[in-house]
Amino acid sequence: MITVSALTVSRGERVLFRDLSFHIAPGEAVALTGANGAGKTSLLRALAGFIRPDAGIIAFADSEPAEARTRHIHWLGHQDGLKTGRRARDELTFQSEWAGADADGIAAAIDVLALEPLLDLEVRKLSAGQRRRLAFARLVAAPRPLWLLDEPFAPLDARWRAALGLMMQAHLDKGGAILAAVHDPLPVTARPLDIGAGR
Amino acid sequence: MKGLMILFRRELALAWSGGGGPLLACGFFLCLTALIPLAAGGDPAGLRPIAGGVAWLALALSSILSLERLFERDLEDGALDLIALGPVPLELVVLTKAKAQWLAVGVPLALTAPVAAITLGLPPSLAPLVALSALIGSLGFALTGALGAALALGSKRGGLLIAVVVLPLFIPPVVFGAGALERAVNGLDPAPALAFLAAYVLFAAVVTPFAGAAAVRNAQG
Repeated sequence: MITVSALTVSRGERVLFRDLSFHIAPGEAVALTGANGAGKTSLLRALAGFIRPDAGIIAFADSEPAEARTRHIHWLGHQDGLKTGRRARDELTFQSEWAGADADGIAAAIDVLALEPLLDLEVRKLSAGQRRRLAFARLVAAPRPLWLLDEPFAPLDARWRAALGLMMQAHLDKGGAILAAVHDPLPVTARPLDIGAGR
Repeated sequence: MKGLMILFRRELALAWSGGGGPLLACGFFLCLTALIPLAAGGDPAGLRPIAGGVAWLALALSSILSLERLFERDLEDGALDLIALGPVPLELVVLTKAKAQWLAVGVPLALTAPVAAITLGLPPSLAPLVALSALIGSLGFALTGALGAALALGSKRGGLLIAVVVLPLFIPPVVFGAGALERAVNGLDPAPALAFLAAYVLFAAVVTPFAGAAAVRNAQG
C-alpha cells in the first residue's frame, strides 16, 4: 500500500526522526506511537504531502504520490475540518463528495454512524465526540484505501470507540490499510511502529 | 469538473452565510460613500470632479473586508488539509475560491457602485458604465485579493496584513476604473481604460492560481 524508505523529517532546525523505513501492506493496521513531540503528526503530514521531507522516499503502490494523495488517502487530523456555522448535513455532504463519495455512500455513512438526528443541527451545537463522528463519516462514505488518522479516538466514548473499531476492521477486511497515531491501543489488531522518545 | 462545482457551491454558501458576507461589504461601501461628502465639507460641487475616483477607492476598500475568510478559516479548522487531498489541484482551488468571492461579494458591490457614484455627484447617465467597470474591476479585486489572503496565511493579525499586501496591488484597477469614468465625464470614449482594466484581470487570473497555491502549500507545511 505504502512504502517509506530512509525518511528524514525536521521542523525548523530540529530533526524529528532520521532514516525511518517501513511498509504497510493491504489489510494491515499500524499503530504509530511515540512521546509527545516525537513527530507522529509530522510523519502523517509528510505522508499526506503537506510537509516536504528532508530526505527519503514515500512510494505508493500502483500510483504516483500526487495521484495517490488526491484519490487514495483519507486524512483525519486533530481537527475535524468542520465549519461551525453550517448545518451538519451540508458539511457531511461536502466532505464526502469532495473525497469522492456518491449518494449511496453518504446514506450508508449516515446509517452506520447514527448521524440522522444530528444532520439538521448547526455544527457549533454538536459535542466534540459528535463532531468527530461527523468527520469520520467521509471515511465510510468515500472508499479510499489508505487511512491516515491522528489521534482519531480522543473525543469519543467507549461505545463509539468500539463501533469505529468495527468500521476499521471492515475497511481492513476489504484490503484497506490504516496508519493511526495513538496513545491508547487501537480497537483492531495493529502492528506497532514506534518513532522514539522525542525530547 | 464535478469537483469544481462541489467546491464552488460550498464557497458560495460560506460567503453568503458567514460573517463578512455581501450585505456587510455593501453596507460598508455605502457608509464610506456617505462619509466622504461630510469629510469633504459642505460644497458638493467640489467633490464632483473626483467622484469617479472616490467611488473606486471606496469599492477597493470594501472588497478587502471579507478576504480573511477565504483561506484563514479553512487553515484554522483543518478544512484546508481536506481540500488539498481532494480531486482538484490547489491552483484551481484558489481560482474557484476567488470566483466564488467575486460572485458573492464583488458582484453585489459592483451593483451598489452606481448608487454610490451618483451620490458622490457623477452624472446618472453614467450609471451603466460605472456598473460595467465595477463588475470587471471587482473580478480583479477578488483575484488579487485571494492572492493576498493566501500570502497572509498563518500570520498573526492576518486580516491587517492582507490589507497591507493587497492595497498596493489594487492600484492599477483603481487607476484604470476611475480613468474610464473620468474619460466618460469629459466626453471621451472610455473603452481604452476598460481594456486596460480587463488586461489587469487577465494578468491576475494567470498569476493568482500559481502564486496562491504555492503560498497555501507553504502555510500547510
